[in-house]
Amino acid sequence: MTTSKTDSTGRARRLLPALLVAGALVAIWQTYVVVSGIRPQVLPSPARVLTQGWAHRVDIAGHAWSTLQVTLVGFAVSLALAWTLAIAVDFSPWLRRAFVPLFVVSQTLPIIALAPLMIIWFGFGLLPKILVIALVTFFPVAIGLLEGFAAADREAGALLRSMGASRWQQFRYVRLPSALPRFFTALRIGITYAVVGAVFAEYVGATSGLGIYMSTQKNSFRTDLVLAAVVVTAVLSLTLYSLTYVVERVVAPWALTKGAK
Amino acid sequence: MSAVTVTSVHKAYGDRAVIDGVDCSVEPGEFVSLIGPSGCGKSTLFSIVAGLEQPDTGEVLVGDSPAAPGRVALMPQKDLLFPWRTVLDNCTLGLEVQGVQRSDARARARELLPTFGLAGFEDAAPHQLSGGMRQRASLARTVLQGRDVLLLDEPFGALDSLTRTEMQLWLQQVWQQHRWTVLMVTHDVREAVLLSDRVVVLGPRPTRVEHEVRVHLPRPRTLEMCASSEFVALEQELVDLLHRSRHGDQRRMPSR
Repeated sequence: MTTSKTDSTGRARRLLPALLVAGALVAIWQTYVVVSGIRPQVLPSPARVLTQGWAHRVDIAGHAWSTLQVTLVGFAVSLALAWTLAIAVDFSPWLRRAFVPLFVVSQTLPIIALAPLMIIWFGFGLLPKILVIALVTFFPVAIGLLEGFAAADREAGALLRSMGASRWQQFRYVRLPSALPRFFTALRIGITYAVVGAVFAEYVGATSGLGIYMSTQKNSFRTDLVLAAVVVTAVLSLTLYSLTYVVERVVAPWALTKGAK
Repeated sequence: MSAVTVTSVHKAYGDRAVIDGVDCSVEPGEFVSLIGPSGCGKSTLFSIVAGLEQPDTGEVLVGDSPAAPGRVALMPQKDLLFPWRTVLDNCTLGLEVQGVQRSDARARARELLPTFGLAGFEDAAPHQLSGGMRQRASLARTVLQGRDVLLLDEPFGALDSLTRTEMQLWLQQVWQQHRWTVLMVTHDVREAVLLSDRVVVLGPRPTRVEHEVRVHLPRPRTLEMCASSEFVALEQELVDLLHRSRHGDQRRMPSR
């Protein structure tokens, strides 16, 4: 049993190499900008990105809030859809044959081409952004769930049947919990895609959000503010990504336990 | 009325015959072992008795009605304890499937766990248990289903030999207290003799009953008895039967 103190110093030690490399890259960037005298409209220094970003923090925070809302609503819709269809497909071979090819097709659509069309069809509101996020994140989550259900131990299924379990009971007692580890992996991939999808959808057309903020700042050559918004986007993604571990710890703590299979 | 009656069961997958007319029975309170060469169709026979598969011809009765899921309690080879359930909740699985209230199921399991040497481990995760304890939890889950017949599929096959011996003696002891009706598949001839009232020897695939041996040794049987001449003679007889049935297969084929 490790105490929380040794746990956190251990985590700091594991993060150290990544922090060192990131710090070195930022230092090289800063040195290059200072030495070369490059114009900030082309490449601002990291220091300038931070100070200018901080100076515009209220503005950026407002846009980040919009992006967060769009991301969460869009991802929630995508999750609801993925769960519903994955469960339906798990129960019905006919639905499996009908839907799984469509899942794959959903991932092959070029979002770059479709996003502007969705703005044309559905305007600048929430709907086109939800659709873009759903289109981007549905596939990894749905496939994660389907593979998770399929990963259930066959013999565990036979054991449940020998107990006289119904198909639904087999699903509830074996297939559903078996799928959770893979679901949380898919959730982590999905949530980062969702943020990128939201920013992209806003970039194409929105009234507020980090995407449209980047677009307008780029048009007025405020490269520093574009990069500041990029940093905020990354922080947003990382935060949501970390939250999936918190959720997993509550919903399926056993999946995170070493030695628990 | 027998607890289990298997009457001339045949089973084939495609044109590959697996079971070629098996007859056997288990009386209430009796401990019967099935032994046979590996791959002979023991598992298929077990699936049929458990109601998971249908025989092509023949009949399996559990009590007085045909075998069906939920009639017997199956203990699979792997312990199959779910990591997302505590030890206690793994044991109540069968009762929950039957629709028993969770609190009620837990109370029943809590009562039984001390017998299985699991007192104090109710809230542990399965991976915290030793191999022997996991098998005992698996057996507790089987017993708690409250069925008339227990089917044990090589229950101790995955354990190291020391633990296996301990588990065999322990199983005999709890069986003597409870007198469950048991049908057990095993590869271990000594285990079969040590635990059983009767040993059924199956031939190679497509399998049929080659022989039945009644074990008259007094209970409780101890490790010392394993070295007695009576025990050794029985063990030898069964080993001979197994080997003969294996080679007998080759002799039998051309004569058809």
